[in-house]
Amino acid sequence: MTKIFKTNLSKIVTLIAVSIILTVLFLFIGVKESNIGFFLPRRVTKLVAFLLISFTTAYSATSFQTITNNNILTPSVMGLDSLYLFIQTVIVFFFGSKTLTMMTGTSNYFISIGIMILSSLGLFSLLFKKKGRTVYFLLLTGMIFGSFFSGLSTFMQVLLDPNEFTLLQGKMFASFSSINSSLLLISIIIVVVISLALIGDFRKLDVLSLGKDQAINLGINYKKIVLKNLIIIAIFTSVSTALVGPVAFLSIIITSLSRHLFQTYKHGVRVVGAALISFVFLIVAVLLVERIFNFSTTPSVIINLIGGIYFIYLILKEGKK
Amino acid sequence: MKSKKVANFRISLVMILIILSLFSIHIGIEEFSLIGLFNNEEKQVDLFLLSRFPRLLSVIITGVSLSIAGLIMQTISANKFVSPTTAGTLDWARLGILLSFFIVGAATSFIRVIFSFGIAMLGTGIFMIILTKTKFRNSAIVPLIGLMLGNVVTSITTFIAYRFDLIQNMSSWLMGSFTLVTKGNYELLYLGIPFMILAIIYASKFTIASMGQEISTGLGLNHKLIMIIGLIIVAIITAIVVVTVGTIPFVGLIVPNIVSLYRGDNVKSTIIETGLIGAILLLIGDIISRVLIFPYQISISVVMSVMGSLIFLFIMFRKKSRVQ
Repeated sequence: MTKIFKTNLSKIVTLIAVSIILTVLFLFIGVKESNIGFFLPRRVTKLVAFLLISFTTAYSATSFQTITNNNILTPSVMGLDSLYLFIQTVIVFFFGSKTLTMMTGTSNYFISIGIMILSSLGLFSLLFKKKGRTVYFLLLTGMIFGSFFSGLSTFMQVLLDPNEFTLLQGKMFASFSSINSSLLLISIIIVVVISLALIGDFRKLDVLSLGKDQAINLGINYKKIVLKNLIIIAIFTSVSTALVGPVAFLSIIITSLSRHLFQTYKHGVRVVGAALISFVFLIVAVLLVERIFNFSTTPSVIINLIGGIYFIYLILKEGKK
Repeated sequence: MKSKKVANFRISLVMILIILSLFSIHIGIEEFSLIGLFNNEEKQVDLFLLSRFPRLLSVIITGVSLSIAGLIMQTISANKFVSPTTAGTLDWARLGILLSFFIVGAATSFIRVIFSFGIAMLGTGIFMIILTKTKFRNSAIVPLIGLMLGNVVTSITTFIAYRFDLIQNMSSWLMGSFTLVTKGNYELLYLGIPFMILAIIYASKFTIASMGQEISTGLGLNHKLIMIIGLIIVAIITAIVVVTVGTIPFVGLIVPNIVSLYRGDNVKSTIIETGLIGAILLLIGDIISRVLIFPYQISISVVMSVMGSLIFLFIMFRKKSRVQ
């Protein structure tokens, strides 16, 4: 027990060390005395955003997999990404792109997050309204709603003026290069406040990973903890989607790497581990794009490609069991 | 008595299809009238033979093809949520088309069908093997995994296309569309008809195969062979549709579900209705796509993803006893 704890601790320390090295590398590559004032603040903003996204993705994906009792699903199947794109499309469609550019500030952010949280609440209430419905039923419903929304968005995009469409397109792909620092501050506040509310939840999630029936037997309020976590997942996914756009496959890589690396049921360790892995991964992806590919591709393309191939590998492994 | 009822049902479906078809051939910028066609007015005959009739026929064949493909997949996998959309077959087929560009260059449609058939067969086969080997506790998890797998395949396709500047070329088969169907570029769809007849011949065997490997082997059926025949039919029909008109979601998923709500799961007795309802549904979608922003047209994939997801949600919430 203590041995596992020690090796896990040393793994986390190693990951932290790697993150620090990469952070320094990321901050100071190509920095000269003349341009330090320009580069440094921007890079620090990016790094903070990466940290935030890493944590939200790690927490939501890990707890999501525990709730669904499945190792290959991620929150992206709930269709929140498509809902986000739909909201952006609706804003451009009804109010014009001027509104969207003016709203890049806080109001668009709050509207998007608010609608996304409300609709996930509506979706979750379906799950608990009738007896005998499982989480998978909910996910399938979410996914179908997702394709409904993306169908509607495509329809509206077809009707849009090409100039307006170009502006919208900027919102459609995850953008790591232009992170709005005032939004970042709000997001940090939201995430920190919520995180305070879930400090005690890690142990409940540990019990929940035994399965629904056992957890209820051991005195866990299943309904409450599942609903609470689903809401938090919705908020976290909305925050990171609104901040950098949709990154679907990041969560698959980090959760399963963290599960393999830290052979433990403890969610505290696994979430921290996944967050660190995600942070390392994001920096490496951005460095690759900026230094090696010379911006010929985007970080999200790399993340989705690697994550996607890893996902196929996971499925094939699942098939061999 | 019962067979009479079935016959009446089929006749009424055919009547609906005929009425919709008559409506469909009248939509368009150019004035069209049946009287002109029967009076052999040259302009009307040309319009009919070159544009309106090919479009109508391609919509009907596509509707029948996709819904029969979905029916076969749902039967042999014994899962109501499996279809060319939810098992990623459509995505694999598109990857196949992209590969044909690389390997053959300017390939003919026929060669593209062969490539897309090969890759679709491979991908769907892998998915079916995973399905049969792992016992998923819940039937709703299968489409989730299939859809994610499909997304992965699509992102690989997009990545390759992006690197080699084929995005614009690719968007033509990302989106299903009947707008460009005229005489001379849709006839490939006929190739699917023999395979649909094959599906009707094998219908009762698919039903037996759906009871599982042990029972069907016990009943004297070569289970593996039937599964492979089913997969070949599905992959080739899907490949033909993707190459000729593009991807159209949901038809293969919802039509077999609608039919099985009323008629049960005996493929032999439902396959005709499935085809007819598939054609009717797609024809309605096509009419909507042409009328909604007349004189412009919306892509059929968009119409079907909105219509289809609503219908599917309705089905899911109706038969909650099956899906949990």
